[in-house]
Amino acid sequence: MKFKILTSTLIAASVLTLSVNSAFAETPEEKGLAISEQIKIRDDGWVDMLASMKMVLRNKQGQESIREIRMKVLEVADDGDKSLSIFDRPRDVKGTAFLSFSHTQGADDQWLYLPALKRVKRIASRNKSGPFMGSEFSFEDLASFEIAKYTYKYIEDQACDLGQCFVVEQYPTDKNSGYTKRVVWVDKAEYRMIKTDFYDRKNSLLKTLTSLDYQQYKGKFWRASTMKMVNHQSKKSTDLQWVDYRFGNGLTESDFNKNTLKRAR
Amino acid sequence: MRERIYNFALNRPWLVLLLAIVLVFGTAYGAKNLVFKGDYKVFFSEENPQLTDFEAMQEIYSKSDNAVFILEPKNGDIFTPENLTAIHWLTTEAWQVPYSTRVDSISNFQHTIAEEDDLIVEDLVLAPGTLTAADMPRIKQIATSDPLLLNKIISKTGHVSIVNVTLQLPGLDPITEIPEVASKVRAIQAAFEQQYPNFNVQLTGMVMMNTAFSETSLSDSATLVPAMFGIVLLTMILLLRSFSGTFATLIVIIFSIAGTMGAVGWFGFYLTGPSVSAPTMIMTLAVADCIHILTSYYYEMRHGKAKKEALQESLRVNFKPILLTSVTTAIGFMSMNFSDSPPFRDLGNMVAIGVMLAFVFSITVFPALLMILPVKPGKATADNHGMMEKFAEFVIAKRKLLLPVTAVIIIAIAAFLPQNKLDDNFVEYFDTTVDFRKATDFMEANLSGLSLIEVSVDSQTSSGINDPKFLKAVGDFSEWMRALPDTDHVSTISDVLKRLNKNMHGDDQAYYRLPEERELSAQYLLLYEMSLPYGLDLNNQLNVDKSSTRIIGTFKNLSSSEQIAIETNMYQWFADNAPEYKIDIASPTLMFAHIGQRNINSMLIGTTAALILISILLAVALKSVRYGVISLLPNLIPASLGFGLWYFIDGQVGLALSVVAGMTLGIVVDDTVHFLTKYKHARDKYGKSSEEAVRYAFSSVGRALWITTLVLVAGFMVLAQSTFKLNGDMGLLTAITISVALIVDFIFLPPLLMMLDARKEKKQQKANNINNPIVDDSNLAFAKGNAK
Repeated sequence: MKFKILTSTLIAASVLTLSVNSAFAETPEEKGLAISEQIKIRDDGWVDMLASMKMVLRNKQGQESIREIRMKVLEVADDGDKSLSIFDRPRDVKGTAFLSFSHTQGADDQWLYLPALKRVKRIASRNKSGPFMGSEFSFEDLASFEIAKYTYKYIEDQACDLGQCFVVEQYPTDKNSGYTKRVVWVDKAEYRMIKTDFYDRKNSLLKTLTSLDYQQYKGKFWRASTMKMVNHQSKKSTDLQWVDYRFGNGLTESDFNKNTLKRAR
Repeated sequence: MRERIYNFALNRPWLVLLLAIVLVFGTAYGAKNLVFKGDYKVFFSEENPQLTDFEAMQEIYSKSDNAVFILEPKNGDIFTPENLTAIHWLTTEAWQVPYSTRVDSISNFQHTIAEEDDLIVEDLVLAPGTLTAADMPRIKQIATSDPLLLNKIISKTGHVSIVNVTLQLPGLDPITEIPEVASKVRAIQAAFEQQYPNFNVQLTGMVMMNTAFSETSLSDSATLVPAMFGIVLLTMILLLRSFSGTFATLIVIIFSIAGTMGAVGWFGFYLTGPSVSAPTMIMTLAVADCIHILTSYYYEMRHGKAKKEALQESLRVNFKPILLTSVTTAIGFMSMNFSDSPPFRDLGNMVAIGVMLAFVFSITVFPALLMILPVKPGKATADNHGMMEKFAEFVIAKRKLLLPVTAVIIIAIAAFLPQNKLDDNFVEYFDTTVDFRKATDFMEANLSGLSLIEVSVDSQTSSGINDPKFLKAVGDFSEWMRALPDTDHVSTISDVLKRLNKNMHGDDQAYYRLPEERELSAQYLLLYEMSLPYGLDLNNQLNVDKSSTRIIGTFKNLSSSEQIAIETNMYQWFADNAPEYKIDIASPTLMFAHIGQRNINSMLIGTTAALILISILLAVALKSVRYGVISLLPNLIPASLGFGLWYFIDGQVGLALSVVAGMTLGIVVDDTVHFLTKYKHARDKYGKSSEEAVRYAFSSVGRALWITTLVLVAGFMVLAQSTFKLNGDMGLLTAITISVALIVDFIFLPPLLMMLDARKEKKQQKANNINNPIVDDSNLAFAKGNAK
């Protein structure tokens, strides 16, 4: 962990120097990267997290379906995070648990425990771009933000709900991504991603994610309480409502494996 | 009043012409508002129950608009590394189609295998570069045995495959959206063909069908309308031998069409497949008015009258019959307002407007033009005159034979009317020269039809689809549907659960069955949901709260009655086996299957209303209830005969043909009007016997009747050449009906009139005998003398 903080500081320092120089020679690509690194740095070091999530799926007519999930997440340096999701609702999937090691490049590792079958199944799939639990969020939308997942380009400054925002385009580096680009609005004050537009493979606007009601935890980490994803093509939407964020629970690698999956509840 | 109108035209021809030009062009400017709607849904009114059902289903589940690439490798085998590489390329490229949300092919099929506790989900063709001939048997085995693919994406023998592009059209502007998709799909097709010349590629799917609707209609307007102009010109020049008469007629036609299209443009109409045939029809019908005026005009000029007097006389004689026939024709076309299908209502109203405009121009612009143009009466006109009289003699001499013989023939042919099969197959709305039809026929012969029937089964409780009892019903129903002789493919959630059950038990085939616990099904579905690729979700098969599921059956291109039978059997299956669930069945295929019958029912009312109105009009115009009643026969027989003959020509009737009876009614009435007017004129004015009156009628209107019929038949035969079979069939049957009408008016009506009036004469004679026997004798002698 110490090493991590050290590297962060180093990066922060270099970013600072970069931004000092930026008045002279910073390209949009460099500025986009610098902003994104700042996002990562400011959210670095949260170690682990517990949270409960209510997922509201809505179709074009506004008919709803509700799922409830508890999540445990472990921060992993220089790669995607590890997460364990336990399904509470609907009732007939209660106790089903999903373990995922997301990766910056290549397929994620995924295991699913089905209580009715009493078995853990490893799912080998390159399916990052597929929908998570039938929602408008794909697996890649829910995975942690990692610098190496994208290349960047700063577009402009724009006024936004939380004051002034940087608008940055992010281009996925993984060929299995479902997007050609994301456009992110990042507030200048705290480097929170307020809004994201997702562009599909034919570069048409597919979805917009809006993150609302940011709360700060442990004096550092900002988390949105509500995330609204709207699919412009199918007119369907999904809301994620987060409660009970808890940080620093002393979780370790050993809480995230096949055996813990079975015992998770 | 009427003299004032045409005298004004004759006295101030230039002014009338100028006024007309200003008015017509002012109106015609409205045509800029006309746009073509190619969407198949235009055929259905908003209150159409099958459309409502289908839209309700589309609210619940994902929409299913698509475009399909049909691929046939020339070596006859999809499963070679080269061919799979090609399909992989096309699959990737197809994601670029505008509004696409999903591309499905054998290459990106999510194949699932179980290895102990590992579940491996991957594209069937992942890395085309690494494929070798040794991989082929395995891939082929998987592809041709999976129920999701077999007969939907790949043929059993592996000689034909498709790449299906699912589209989510925003529907904001179908006029640009559909062509946008079609042009990209075609560009990809062209690029593919260039890169992989060892494939035959064809295109089908809903978007290509909608494209075919607009393209066939547009190409029709580009070929048929000029052809029609050509034929009208040729016929007129040949028959009337008058350039100026032809030219004036042409102007009336152009004004009528331009005025109509402009007017409906202002009214906010849009164009559809059927209504683009309006100009051809208006043209055909407008000619008739002009011919009648010209014929009388030349007759008068030949008999020594000066130009103006001849025109005056012609207009005086023709004003009433032309007005009457225009009104009856308009009524006939307006009967189409009873149609269940908006494009036919539009067509009816457009032609009705056109016909009335043609009437107005015929008595204003037409005489004005003839005044201005140098006119010489054609000589040829006189030559054939003897023909009509000879024919009249023949009819009068053989009347005793003609009446029963024609009656028997009429009854015999009309008896086949009910034998016509009701059919609306939207694929067959296009003839076999249209690419969409060729592609779809090919797909049906080699893979599957384009007929879909969607069945929604509702458990009526949230998450109710996981109930083992519900799943068993869905599974049994799916198997029953799969076993039907005309089924090509069934897409059902029960297959997914069976496959997952097998996967979760180490691919043990014994577990290829439905899970027996509710929780297990629910958890399998969760697993399935988590493994679906980009662009797919369960909403395709399940509603939001998982209380209902949709089963989609793909069938061979069946006739409407067969489709309705399948639909009925489906409802029956649930009534017998699972009555506790709520069933909804809908699809575009079923919408078309029902529209023929619905339209026939509504058009029966429309046609009857038109018939009653027209008969009353005739009775008033002829000032005789008796002739009004007699006219029913020659007015009704043509359509009955036409449909009887249709059984031998095609034998299938549907949406387009259901309007023909009403539409032709207004046209065939014209012949009857002209013939009866002249016949009655001879009887009442000159007190002639029925035979004499027949002779008079033949010689005065016989020629004009057969010329107008010739023009009308030629016009509708041009329409019959349409590659849009819906219009083509309508044109052909109308042409047949109009021909039959002339025959009926020439060889059935006169003997009938003579028989009926002879009876009346006898009665009168009897009455006269008592009072004045001498008059009777002289009358008899007069009649005998004339009969020779």
